[in-house]
Amino acid sequence: MDSEFLFFMQMLLSGLSMGSIYALVALGFVLIYKATSILNLAQGEFLMVGAYICLSITLDFGLNFFASFMLTMVFSVILGLAVERLVLRPLIGEPIISVIMVTLGLTYILRGVVIMIWGNDIRQFNIFPEQPVDFWGVKLTYLYLYSLGISLVLLTVFAIFFKYARTGIFMRAVADHQTAAQSMGISVRGVFAMSWCISAVVSSIGGILVGNIAGVGVDLSYIGLKVLPAVILGGLDSILGAIIGGLIVGILEFLSAGYLDPYIPAINEVFPFIVLVLVLMIKPYGLFGTEEIERV
Amino acid sequence: MPAGLFHESYRYDERIFQTWFVKAWLIAFLIACALFPFVGSKYMISIMTEVGIAIIACHGLNILTGFTGQISLGHAAFLGVGAYTCSILIQHGVPFIIALPMAGVMAALVGMIFGIPSLRLRGLYLAIATIAAQFIIEFTIRRWDSLTGGVEGMFVEPGILGPFHFDNRIQLYYLTFVLAVVATIVIKNIVRARSGRAFVAIRDRYLAAEVIGVHVFKYRLMSFAVSSFFAGIAGALLAQYLEVITHESFTIHQSIDYLAMCIIGGLGHVLGGIYGVGFWFILERILEVVTTNLNTAFPDHITWFVSIREIVFGCAIVLFLIFEPDGLAARWRTIRAYWKLWPFSY
Repeated sequence: MDSEFLFFMQMLLSGLSMGSIYALVALGFVLIYKATSILNLAQGEFLMVGAYICLSITLDFGLNFFASFMLTMVFSVILGLAVERLVLRPLIGEPIISVIMVTLGLTYILRGVVIMIWGNDIRQFNIFPEQPVDFWGVKLTYLYLYSLGISLVLLTVFAIFFKYARTGIFMRAVADHQTAAQSMGISVRGVFAMSWCISAVVSSIGGILVGNIAGVGVDLSYIGLKVLPAVILGGLDSILGAIIGGLIVGILEFLSAGYLDPYIPAINEVFPFIVLVLVLMIKPYGLFGTEEIERV
Repeated sequence: MPAGLFHESYRYDERIFQTWFVKAWLIAFLIACALFPFVGSKYMISIMTEVGIAIIACHGLNILTGFTGQISLGHAAFLGVGAYTCSILIQHGVPFIIALPMAGVMAALVGMIFGIPSLRLRGLYLAIATIAAQFIIEFTIRRWDSLTGGVEGMFVEPGILGPFHFDNRIQLYYLTFVLAVVATIVIKNIVRARSGRAFVAIRDRYLAAEVIGVHVFKYRLMSFAVSSFFAGIAGALLAQYLEVITHESFTIHQSIDYLAMCIIGGLGHVLGGIYGVGFWFILERILEVVTTNLNTAFPDHITWFVSIREIVFGCAIVLFLIFEPDGLAARWRTIRAYWKLWPFSY
């Protein structure tokens, strides 16, 4: 294989692994939006808190990675429930700006708490081996492979969950039509709480994965905003869209880093947002989102 | 005899000063502000300059978000556009009197470019588009080294206006003060005029507004332009105030802060920006005093107190949204209404 093609594959696969993490976080966004029509801009902070808790349990308390991973999930569930109950429920029926702003207020609080407990330094997990694996010339680190694997497994699990599990079907029903679902005996509040829990869990998994790649620091929360282009590209209320959007944005990020960098350095930092603006101008409801049709 | 204020015509209802009492208080307040540099310390004058700049920025955001109902999470980026435009123009020998309005115009143009998506987008989607604007502008500032100095930032040459040199803090204070007053008058009159009514109509129900003949896209774009113009002017002043500007002065956190100030003050109230900024800066001063004292009292736990500011402001935002979503302006109105008839409230 020539080096040109190898380079392309390298970028494509790296992008795919990163994209699968984005897809997980995007799933978190979409779940909450679908059920409750809230765009949780504190998603990035959920992710950061998850990563910090896992790191802290692993490094400071010396538990093994798997155990701390599980404990982190428990914490995330509690966090999700607490946020839903204390902050978002009083705001049901308020205008969009209140809801957006309250999640932004939440970002301040969570970031403050994290800095208070863990300080400002970036810390490393150093769990996965450093040396890359060679696939016919394309080099990927174990981290990327694990991330890709874990994300794909989780995404499949969720796909099955929404298709066949009772709770999953309830959640889809509530997303579809709240009053109808309620009259069928589904607890809408329960579903709201469930959405927040799952969302918090998937974002902390995403946080742990990204934390392994980039180190755990307060800047981890920017992933939450970086995932927005993925969510919009896929459509705000489509689970499939979140997954595909996440993968596309991840790939675009790496391809732009690979090919456009010589012309505009570090363009990959902002490239997803340029895509975002274009998508919003051309197809605002994304690839799979429900279009809002308005008639007078 | 009527016990209270009753308007008999629309003109009276729309008057800026409803009673002589309001007018008297306002004049007293303005005189107090004008005399402030003679009594305030250097530090307080600096703070008041910051307050004035924030008020101008918040007025702009209030037009866009409060009156037209378009959420903007990229306001600080437009301040950045203004700050860099003004500074770069001064560097190239353009007089300050031209550079300052040019900062506003440039910011307005950029704002209109990012306002174009508002042709099709509303609410949430527009908010996300403005986040994108924030990141794209910030990136441009950070990476266009030859123009903006990149990550290291650039030194701002002080503006000169006739006999005034704005590297003098007191003269900068007066400039900010005058511009803040002008901004308040302008926003009050925009709201009273045709365009203001169009803005409010679009905010409340844009379909109905379109049906009665309001050109929705035109007015949305216009509110973006006006808002960014204010932001540009505020940015130019901020550059004068900071003396060294980097992209870090115009991040999404600042954007969120401005939006928070507007919400705390009261979106859609002319004085909302002023109340909000006042609340924000007073809280900031209190926190500063508290954390300095705590730091000296418990030197072992300094990391704890670093983050207090973030947590307190976050709580302020969340609590305001839950308990007083219309902000201080609405609360003030309720209090005033209560005392007007006290003690005979029925």
